[in-house]
Amino acid sequence: MSISADYLGMNLQIDDLDKENLAYFGHCADHTFHLQHCGSCDLYRYPPTTACPWCTSPDSTWKPVEGRGAVHSYSEVHHAIQPAFKAFTPYLILLVDLDTQNGKPTEHEALRVAGNLVTPDGNLAPPEMVARVGIGSRMRMVFKDAADGLAIPHWTIDEDAEQPANPWRYPQE
Amino acid sequence: MSSTDIDATSSKGLRDKYAICGVGETTYVRGSDRTTRGLATWAIRNAMEDAGLKPGDIDGMLSYSSGDSTFSPFVAGDLGIRLNFYMDVFGGGSSTEALVGIAIGVIEAGMCNTVVIFRAMNGYSQVRVGGTGARAVAPISANQLHDRTYGWQSPGQLFAPTFMRHMYDYGTRPEQVAAVKAAHSEHASNNPKAYYKQRVTVDDVLSSRMICKPLHLLDCCVETDNATAIIVTRAERARDCRHTPALIQSVVGRCCKPRIDMHYQTGPISTVAGHYAKDILWTNAGLGPEDIDITGSYDAFTFTTMLQLEDYGFCKKGEGGDYVSDGTIRLGGKRPNNTSGGHLCEGYTHGLNMVVENVRQLRHDADDSCPIGPDGKRQHTYDYSEGGCRQVRDVEVSANLGWATPGTGSAMVMRRG
Repeated sequence: MSISADYLGMNLQIDDLDKENLAYFGHCADHTFHLQHCGSCDLYRYPPTTACPWCTSPDSTWKPVEGRGAVHSYSEVHHAIQPAFKAFTPYLILLVDLDTQNGKPTEHEALRVAGNLVTPDGNLAPPEMVARVGIGSRMRMVFKDAADGLAIPHWTIDEDAEQPANPWRYPQE
Repeated sequence: MSSTDIDATSSKGLRDKYAICGVGETTYVRGSDRTTRGLATWAIRNAMEDAGLKPGDIDGMLSYSSGDSTFSPFVAGDLGIRLNFYMDVFGGGSSTEALVGIAIGVIEAGMCNTVVIFRAMNGYSQVRVGGTGARAVAPISANQLHDRTYGWQSPGQLFAPTFMRHMYDYGTRPEQVAAVKAAHSEHASNNPKAYYKQRVTVDDVLSSRMICKPLHLLDCCVETDNATAIIVTRAERARDCRHTPALIQSVVGRCCKPRIDMHYQTGPISTVAGHYAKDILWTNAGLGPEDIDITGSYDAFTFTTMLQLEDYGFCKKGEGGDYVSDGTIRLGGKRPNNTSGGHLCEGYTHGLNMVVENVRQLRHDADDSCPIGPDGKRQHTYDYSEGGCRQVRDVEVSANLGWATPGTGSAMVMRRG
């Protein structure tokens, strides 16, 4: 069944034919992160696809994956484009390398999962939290509910993890 | 990340066989007060006039847009052009060079003889290139759920992780990249057509407000209303036209990094599509970066110019910051880039205006200010001070490096006919 949700003033829609995204966000709604796992080549992939990017197999199984990793790169938005984000600037868009499957199947590949920097309860982070995060920061995934069957995966600082002393931040600060 | 698996398969016999014989544009403004259809017909009329061709001489048409423009049948109808071939494709940056390749292909296939390629857009007054306005509030579905949901939508927002990671991987500094804007603004100050003609400094760029780190306002291109057009035909036909032809040596069209559904899955993310495209471009051209006199490296942002020059091999990987800040890319430097001022200053047309400029450079007719001699041609002073000359001395070979995203690029080498 299709899903329509209002999230931060944005209309999110998942068509009933879009089974991959229905499954992906459905698992997020249960607050457990799942990715498609290919039985043929034993690799996970992100974001959802209709076949395996490494072996073309159309068959996959949704399996739980630990939502922990380190920031690979980021955007720090000061001039929001979407109206709902204007109240939250500056906000961070993070690309986080999951610990799972990092460096596989080749050296420079990783499950590089996008998300905003949020508070532990899933709200866009305040400026003092934004200033703490850079390349190398250790993150853990949290979820923000948007509708039945749809929650948004996000990243918050993993306070239990050992953090780099000085995560890399844009130099002109 | 080996690039040796790329097999450049185009026939080397196509070198010098096709040419750009006409170029044209509208003004570059904010508030064109006309439709994209009206803009397209204006630019194409100018390109036909430039080539010395009549509507009956054109029988092919190609355009590109992203739901923000008119289509070939209307433009051809307005101009009395009967088409043997047309195609309007989806896409923005990196389309120009790709469509030149398609034009060569359809002419080679005998489907038509002469193809006009246009891009018409009210990029300021109708559909904003930067993504503000109607695009910012459209419903989000399918693949967009994994980017727009996060306020990750505008080109600057989407590309910033590549730019940031380049600074992290190679120590690239903001002031180095800002030098691209300073250089292009110098060029634009010698281009009466440019929307922004005022020269700016590196400090001006760094002190402009932050849009999306690492992009200050002046690291970002201008949004304008305009159309641009070029005409592609066989070289022997081009020789009958009014100007020296720009002979096409090789093209690469929308060459991609792996996992282009979300290219960040494969690294190094500080490497862009030019890393792959270069092997096709230089192999088919039989030339290398050292042979190139001028470049047209797409400047949607200062960073895109730098990243492409680096990955196409104009400098060593990681040294792009030095290359764009050491004077090389300025008028008077070893290899000027975007002598019209490019997207940062002249106007935004998704790459086509940079090809227009290089065609004029190859004709030795890029100038708008130097005195006109008894032969009716500009007597270039090569004085590049403000308001002066912008023709580069003795240009023989150019390279255009088109950008769609970090993951997709196109390119073209041309030489003076």
